Amino acid sequence: MYAPHTDSDVAEMLAAVGASSLQELVEVPEAVRIKGALEIPPGLPESELSAKMSAYAKRNGAVDYLSFLGAGAYRHYVPPVVMSLAMRGEFLTAYTPYQAEVSQGYLQAIYEWQTYICLLTGLDIANASVYDGATALAEAAIMAVNATGRRAILVSSAVHPNYRTVLRTYARGLELEVEELPLQADGTTDLAGLAARLAGGRFAAIALQSPNFFGCIDTPDGSARAAIEASGTVPIGVVAEAMSLGALLPPAQWGAQIAAGEAQSFGNPLAYGGPYVGFIAATKEHMRRIPGRLVGRTLDNRGNIAYVLTLQAREQHIRREKATSNICTNQAHCALVATIYLAALGASGLERAAALNLERTQLLCERVTALAGFERAFAAPVFNEVAIRIPPGLSVTALLDELQNRRIVGGVALGRWYPELADCILLCATEATTVADIDALCAALAQITKSAAPGTPEVVLHA
Amino acid sequence: MPEAVNVNAALGEKLIFEQGQRGRATTYFPNGRSAEQFVPKAQLRGPLPLPDNSELDVVRHFTRLSHRTFAIDVGFYPLGSCTMKYNPRINEAMAAQAGFKDLHPYAPESLAQGALAVMYELERALSSIFGMAAFSLNPAAGAHAELTALLIAKAHFEKIGQGAVRRTVIVPDTAHGTNPASAAMVGYTVISLPSDARGRVGVEEIKSVLGDDTAVCMMTNPNTLGLFEDHVAEIAAAVHAAGGLMYYDGANANALMGNARPGDMGFDLMHLNLHKTFSIPHGGGGAGHGPVGVASHLVPFLPVPVVSKDEHGLFALEFDRPETIGSMRSFWSNFAHAVRALTYIYANGGEGLTRISQLAVLNANYVRAKIKDFITTPYDETCRHEFVVSAQELKRETGVKALDIAKALLDRGYHAPTIYFPLLVPECLMIEPTETETKETLDGFIAALRDIVETAKTNPQAVLDAPLNTVVGRIDETRAARQPDLRWRPPVADPLEAS
Repeated sequence: MYAPHTDSDVAEMLAAVGASSLQELVEVPEAVRIKGALEIPPGLPESELSAKMSAYAKRNGAVDYLSFLGAGAYRHYVPPVVMSLAMRGEFLTAYTPYQAEVSQGYLQAIYEWQTYICLLTGLDIANASVYDGATALAEAAIMAVNATGRRAILVSSAVHPNYRTVLRTYARGLELEVEELPLQADGTTDLAGLAARLAGGRFAAIALQSPNFFGCIDTPDGSARAAIEASGTVPIGVVAEAMSLGALLPPAQWGAQIAAGEAQSFGNPLAYGGPYVGFIAATKEHMRRIPGRLVGRTLDNRGNIAYVLTLQAREQHIRREKATSNICTNQAHCALVATIYLAALGASGLERAAALNLERTQLLCERVTALAGFERAFAAPVFNEVAIRIPPGLSVTALLDELQNRRIVGGVALGRWYPELADCILLCATEATTVADIDALCAALAQITKSAAPGTPEVVLHA
Repeated sequence: MPEAVNVNAALGEKLIFEQGQRGRATTYFPNGRSAEQFVPKAQLRGPLPLPDNSELDVVRHFTRLSHRTFAIDVGFYPLGSCTMKYNPRINEAMAAQAGFKDLHPYAPESLAQGALAVMYELERALSSIFGMAAFSLNPAAGAHAELTALLIAKAHFEKIGQGAVRRTVIVPDTAHGTNPASAAMVGYTVISLPSDARGRVGVEEIKSVLGDDTAVCMMTNPNTLGLFEDHVAEIAAAVHAAGGLMYYDGANANALMGNARPGDMGFDLMHLNLHKTFSIPHGGGGAGHGPVGVASHLVPFLPVPVVSKDEHGLFALEFDRPETIGSMRSFWSNFAHAVRALTYIYANGGEGLTRISQLAVLNANYVRAKIKDFITTPYDETCRHEFVVSAQELKRETGVKALDIAKALLDRGYHAPTIYFPLLVPECLMIEPTETETKETLDGFIAALRDIVETAKTNPQAVLDAPLNTVVGRIDETRAARQPDLRWRPPVADPLEAS
């Protein structure tokens, strides 16, 4: 227990309060009184607590396996300087910087985060963060609804499946319609016929993700952009892998008015799914519709540069039910981690890391498809993930199980979300994936497929 | 007067963008082939417009920024309704273990049993502590949890054929702003209910607004005045009789643990801010963790995934739940925070959690008892974990407002209480000491507050001029809002914007 009270402290303080016992202070009406004690085991001294919690950590064997998992959460190399700075107690244990005069450091760091996101997306403004990539998309859709007065959202089916689920969950609350755009053969969004679909002016937004869920670079061409613009639909650029911003065209340059993304890749650990950090950036026309905190630079009464939370008339604590969003707590510390990561890498480091993601994925792709029966599901250029169709006669489940027997986590099975891709896996390689890792995967795949070939019945695959 | 802050802190710090030279960044990666060899040039961007700084300069920059940042680790932080208690470092050490930190959300469940066990055990512990049938660890923060709960309520009413009519949310005027904002996000209309003279929601007042349109009544208990809603059982009965649901805003749960349970009070839905009650660091405004608890009839609507445990003791993520509202976020939960919260629960045990609440209430009452002779406490009775004072009288006498007191506290080395909230108390300061502060710290704060009030009476200008010891003075917020400067821009044309 972390309360510092000695018995004499308690006695003195009770006397000052005029109460005879602690129990007297917390008394509640009989009808709602707790019956019995909490069913929580007795508290542990820290030495035993550490052993207990460490035992859970040790039961996550996946961290010791070679992994090719991506699909919206990415393993990248993080220089130790990032956490060493971010874990300083001043950052870790501050609250939202309401009292600006004693929060200048954190406010400046948020202003720097906003700037990094603007520079990387090519857009004018960015907020102090939202929960993650999926909620960023949902909030961006709400911005578009508020901007256009329209109540339907068009989203590519190549947007991360979880993001689409969250979008639909939010849409159910606001009673918005969500429709999807199909895939085309090369793994990008089918935008043929877009002009006709948008022409009625029914859609508030069109959301496209690049690189998309299959790793494919997926941006609209000139005619699709013209159709979007002509219909007054707000283009939302979804970025599930922020590392791609180090190499690929920023969303603003393919016409996105709002970028909604996930910046976990900038220094934040995988941590079994969170906390991560969502970002929203937009053109300045959307400034008063952006959700959540915004930090502005201004002056103090002595003429010094000073930072402060601003444009709060958008927010729940001022506008209550008229606010642009209900968001209050965001992901400030994860955004700080990302800011420090970007500061450490610099332009040179981020460019190099992003190029390495391309290089390692290209190598992964070449070596895996050199194996008999393995081929790319889609032809479009990819960033750091690739959808691979496995040899006929082998099930994805069996293949992944066999890889797991060889201490390899071989990507995600795409059939989970796309029944037509039931024979495909999504593999990811980042700068943290070595050439040796790729060779080990290929050796295992070769061994598994050879064993599974007809005429070798001694190996039984549990399909 | 407190000691001077670190000398660097007073000098100002250039933006990271105003420092560095291209090519100066420390090298962390090998030099590979260029991106152009893999992707058509039309899909590539030009050189990144970001600064290159040496690792040392990055370290100095953020260290200096940290020196310009107040935090629990720096001093007393009595920010009402935010529960700024000590964040034990064992929690950080546990969450930072490779077995948790490096675990991918799509890791095979057979190789992630430890993580699933953490989620399962935390869910069970919270259900027990708060008397609910089940919790979902899906929502990322309190407001996110409110939205989740209202989506659950909406799904429930749709299922019983009342979705079109039950669309009103009743919210007391002491509620957090997120309550009405969350209601709006599910298309519900908000009725704001005035508190009675005792600072509570009255049973008759509630009854007067209940009807066939009532969906949910959202209550914080103890409320944001720090007062226990003693008619909560009758209110719940009335809301239930009208066909509505009761929602418990758990922002103030630190006052309750082990002493009363929302489930026993008749709440059907609730949320917790684990980053308040369960000692997760606030990190400058997040990430938080906002589990949602439900009574048994609402369990089918919980967001997915839900962690299940089979007869062999194996854990799994369950997605296939036909009545689920969907998912609230990209992945399962703010898992690293679940590790921290479970560590905290096991550190304290049931008895420890109960005592924590009692001592949080003791600390609040101690400060209240010691200051009520020099500043107005509008609700003069035993409070829970926090209480409000009003500077209205002082302002009339001296011109010194709640804001001025807040700034004068900063000068004396304390963080300010929450100010101007709840809205119904004029010139309000809301004080929540938490249980982790010593009597000596509280005595120091009490003396500082007394000094400010006395100074206000003898030399009000000295208070109106505060803060003077901080790295910047009072900030021109009007300028910030009227001439928004929300990002740095390069002095030469941004290569992105020039193109």
